[in-house]
Amino acid sequence: MAGVTISGVRKVYAGGIEAVKGIDLDVPDGAFCVLVGPSGCGKSTLLRLVAGLETLSAGDISIGGRLVNDREPAERDIAMVFQNYALYPHMSVYDNLAYGLRNRKTPKDEIDKRVREAARMLEISDYLTRKPRELSGGQRQRVAMGRAIVRRPQVFLFDEPLSNLDAKLRVSMRVEIRRLQRSLATTAIYVTHDQLEAMTLADLLVVMNGGRIEQIGAPLDVYRRPQTTFVAAFIGAPAMNLMAASPSEAERFGGAATIGVRPEHLAFAAAGTAPPDGGLAFQLTVAAVERLGPESLVYGHDGMGRDLVVRRSGEDDPPIGAQIALVAEREHLHRFDAAGERLPV
Amino acid sequence: MQKRVFFTHRFLPYWLIAPQIAVTLVFFYWPASQAVWQSFLLEDAFGLSSTFVGFENYRTLFSDASYYQTILTTLVFATAVTLISLSAALLLAVQADKPLRGATAYRTLLIWPYAVAPAVAGVLWLFMFHPSLGVVARGLRHLGIAWNPMLDGDHAMILVVLAAAWKQISYNFLFFLAGLQAIPKSIIEAAAIDGARPARRFWTIVFPLLSPTTFFLLVVNIVYAFFDTFGIIDAMTGGGPAKATETLVYKVFADGRLGGDLGGSAAQSVVLMIIVIGLTAIQFRYIERKVTY
Repeated sequence: MAGVTISGVRKVYAGGIEAVKGIDLDVPDGAFCVLVGPSGCGKSTLLRLVAGLETLSAGDISIGGRLVNDREPAERDIAMVFQNYALYPHMSVYDNLAYGLRNRKTPKDEIDKRVREAARMLEISDYLTRKPRELSGGQRQRVAMGRAIVRRPQVFLFDEPLSNLDAKLRVSMRVEIRRLQRSLATTAIYVTHDQLEAMTLADLLVVMNGGRIEQIGAPLDVYRRPQTTFVAAFIGAPAMNLMAASPSEAERFGGAATIGVRPEHLAFAAAGTAPPDGGLAFQLTVAAVERLGPESLVYGHDGMGRDLVVRRSGEDDPPIGAQIALVAEREHLHRFDAAGERLPV
Repeated sequence: MQKRVFFTHRFLPYWLIAPQIAVTLVFFYWPASQAVWQSFLLEDAFGLSSTFVGFENYRTLFSDASYYQTILTTLVFATAVTLISLSAALLLAVQADKPLRGATAYRTLLIWPYAVAPAVAGVLWLFMFHPSLGVVARGLRHLGIAWNPMLDGDHAMILVVLAAAWKQISYNFLFFLAGLQAIPKSIIEAAAIDGARPARRFWTIVFPLLSPTTFFLLVVNIVYAFFDTFGIIDAMTGGGPAKATETLVYKVFADGRLGGDLGGSAAQSVVLMIIVIGLTAIQFRYIERKVTY
């Protein structure tokens, strides 16, 4: 078992494009670390650097305290699950699982034992003789997982492994990946652009943007205290309401340029309600309502033309065009400066 | 939306395929049927009249020991050409598939030989290997090899095989390169993480995944070696010395045009035609089954 230490890592491609612009990250042993960010933020490149599929332009990567900068992927004791699964199409499921062990000259009966054990864990024992093309997307995903498990590596690397599955399967595989990783207690680095996946899987959430890390932390800490407007907007769905502060608001909130409030923290109030102590009050004109069942999302804009979303549980949704008073408590307001950095309260 | 093309004019589709049909009829079916008819005829010594002799020409052909010698020569020639051109092309394609500086120029240059006419290719190789003029022949003599394709049948065979294989490498290279590029990068990366060294990766992953391409090329190359190498052989050795490089196709020409035995020659072409049909049938059968995975 091993942690992963990344320090000062940069990746510049031949064309001069800098995909990773100096990353420091320490993933403790046994942790589930999720790299999340929009496409092109460098998260996949970072993962491929850890795997050894790309060469470092600068910096160091250690796995289990061992510097692996110049090691081949095979020598890093890692296993990777690819987005398109990358199963060997001409081999049976059994051979797909056994391939890595055979390359390492593992004894035959040991290979058989490990393959069957992994197949049992992933409930693919019945498909061992089939070819990948005879399997459904979910089954292929399991085989890809199995191929990573049989090797008993020090680190699992996941490159958006669930993005090719349908929504329902994605949820159940997500739970399963978490359960497997827990029971094996193997360090994992997981790349995704789906913030929901990131929130539910991570012990350690790393939000990336433009080749840099925006914020590192436990998922709920990141959710409750986003350090930048980027993180505030990226984590959480629907996204946090980020409003340009009016001059009077800026004065009241310590020079904040942007004020953020999550949709679930905007409460309906009686018309003409004064803002709570240190909080805010809005007059919302309803533009649209999305009824999701357990809750509704009310879209609209306030008197200054700023767009707002309100998350609201209840059946009495307001009609379109209605004027509604909203209040937000002081403790639920997020303040950001002109550079997008969080201001201390 | 309708997926099939829909023609408002009833005869338009027929008009559109008419030129192709006409060309096929005039340049393939007509001569082919002529050959079949001719194979049942025997001409007199002066070529003034011919008589229907049934399967007489075929009987003569298959009781002629030299015909079997030609079949053997053709098999040796075709096997050597196919093996050499396929393996050389695969080697080059694997190298060209690597991220190289100037890979595009390298690839383009490799495709050029395909544009060279067979007879020209033959003459080119003949000049290089000519016992008294050739650069390579001189070098060989310096090494103590009594190189003379004009007199030595084995030398002549080596020479035509090299020339014929060289000419086909470009074609094979293109298909192999396309085949290699169709293999998803992530599969190769997965194999690398799975601890397979490059050589093992090639034989356990890349080569099996290339097998549909390899099979297709195998058939195409056999057909090429059997039928398309006439120009090279004619320009280089004329089937000699002592018929050492006379393949089935060349024998059709030698017996028919030079020997004047039109009936026998026609019978040989019919045999060749059956071979081509057989090879094509095999190919279509297997291509439809996609060979491996």
